[in-house]
Amino acid sequence: MGKLYDELSKDYRFKEGMHTCINCGTCTAICPAAEFYKYDPRKIVDTVQRKDDREIGALLKSETIWYCGECMSCVTRCPRKNGAGLVVMALRNLSVKLGYFTCSEKGRQLYPLTKALNGNILNLGYCVHPQTFAYEDHPESGPVFEWVLEHKEEVYARLGANFGKEGPGALRKIPQEDLDELKAIYDETGGTERLELVEKHSLAKAEEMGMTPEEYLKYTFNHCSPGHFNSEQ
Amino acid sequence: MIYKGKQKIWSDYQKEIPSDHWFYVRSCIRQSFFPASEVHFVKIMREVLGKDLYETPHHTTCGGIAYHSDTIPQETAMTIVARQFALMKEAGYKNLVTSCITSFGNYVEIIETWREFPELETRIREHLWKACKREFDVPEYVAHASDLVYKFRNEIAEKAQYRLVDKDTGEPLHIVEHIGCHYSKMFPHKGVGGAEYPCVLSGMAEAWGGNVIDYPERRHCCGFGFRQYLVKANRGYSVSNTHKKFESMEPYHPDAIITNCPGCPYFLDRWQYVISEMNGKTYGQDGHGIPVLTYEELAGLVLGYDPWDLGLQIHQVGLEPLLDKMGIPYDPKKKYLGLNEKDIMKPGLPRHLKCC
Repeated sequence: MGKLYDELSKDYRFKEGMHTCINCGTCTAICPAAEFYKYDPRKIVDTVQRKDDREIGALLKSETIWYCGECMSCVTRCPRKNGAGLVVMALRNLSVKLGYFTCSEKGRQLYPLTKALNGNILNLGYCVHPQTFAYEDHPESGPVFEWVLEHKEEVYARLGANFGKEGPGALRKIPQEDLDELKAIYDETGGTERLELVEKHSLAKAEEMGMTPEEYLKYTFNHCSPGHFNSEQ
Repeated sequence: MIYKGKQKIWSDYQKEIPSDHWFYVRSCIRQSFFPASEVHFVKIMREVLGKDLYETPHHTTCGGIAYHSDTIPQETAMTIVARQFALMKEAGYKNLVTSCITSFGNYVEIIETWREFPELETRIREHLWKACKREFDVPEYVAHASDLVYKFRNEIAEKAQYRLVDKDTGEPLHIVEHIGCHYSKMFPHKGVGGAEYPCVLSGMAEAWGGNVIDYPERRHCCGFGFRQYLVKANRGYSVSNTHKKFESMEPYHPDAIITNCPGCPYFLDRWQYVISEMNGKTYGQDGHGIPVLTYEELAGLVLGYDPWDLGLQIHQVGLEPLLDKMGIPYDPKKKYLGLNEKDIMKPGLPRHLKCC
């Protein structure tokens, strides 16, 4: 058994999601990611169950493990109770631990994701919040949401939210002592260490690509090279 | 024979949902995009149904979106959730109800993982104590807020002022229901009707007079995919999946779509706008889109709440065609007014999608 497989085996999502795959391909048939991306969860699970470190190492550096949307449709239908989506989560986790995520374009997107989501959690107590939801990053939110964002306080008050204020209610201000507890949880459970790891590897990659951290952040958030989709050669 | 088989499957996925005393935790996405839905869920539970629903201002995000975007370790996500459980214990509650489907899936996954690996629960207890000096009990029951509306759907029907019926023809309206993936795809026995025959939304639509449409891509994901939407470069995945659903439901001429996940109504609404901007295509009648609602908004309309109090003006697809069919009155002049009817201008208009 390979060392990488041993590492994967420690992950509880791997313990839950990786049993004996019979290669039936049901997961791929149901998978929304496989519909559009060059992605095949059956092949990923089959590769992992061969326990070959060279192959698993290639997966950890690949684009393919980042195509899954974690909808978990595969979990429902697998006749052997595997969860390809759970195996992918374990692979991504190991890819981050080893710093391999910067080897792929889709893996490098972890930098803007990590900064945005965890910035929101640690500063505001929310994963997503109108305060940091910029229209220029989200033109798909439409003219109506551009209007909402321009008139945040008025619109949210009109709709009965407790926007940015103390006490219960939608979009309330999360008290500082609760944010302090979230930070303590991150420190205790490896969350802070994870953020630092992603930052370290991402900044090294930015330097290698000749970009400032700000340029790298924008580039990884916005850029999509050709070749990811089934419809492309 | 087949009918009996389906009856058996159905009986395996019934939920005994407690009738009262709930600890309520909110959704990051629903608060941001459909805040009035949460406002009206609380109002309906407390004022219409007389239920005890408690909220503490000290609860936070469950971290589910960060977890499913692979940006935090599993133990961090679990300890954030353990803190929510500790707040519930301190408030004296045993039943947890969550507004978010990602959270619901997250809570259920965590509890099931602890059941299978008790040593992990022990470790999380240690983490929580070291970080926050708090202790928790695992909830006796975890429900999604749509479970509660489903449970009380007949009581809501008895108080209904409007029904999902065309006021001119008397025919039931055609309703598409879309269940969030993390409601029951991971743990089918935790959802009303399981993953293959979920009934949580169709039960509401039928109780309120509608006719639920079955269509080929009914169970397909809305296309959120966490990182596949949150990163701008990946949004082709997201819109492509939604497009697949719309092409599949279009021949059945739906009058409305109802959803229980807070993200799905956002994507099903906004991607209709984007598809119309990309290729001019619209899926509703006469250049309109198909109205998309949260289950709280639908319950609110049925109960007679004002459409603008319910926040329907912050959808990109206009809801007016549905309001007209149901015979619900509304004042177009008040649609975009702020608090105390303050003039805060109006949003711009899309190029193709008619927004009334």
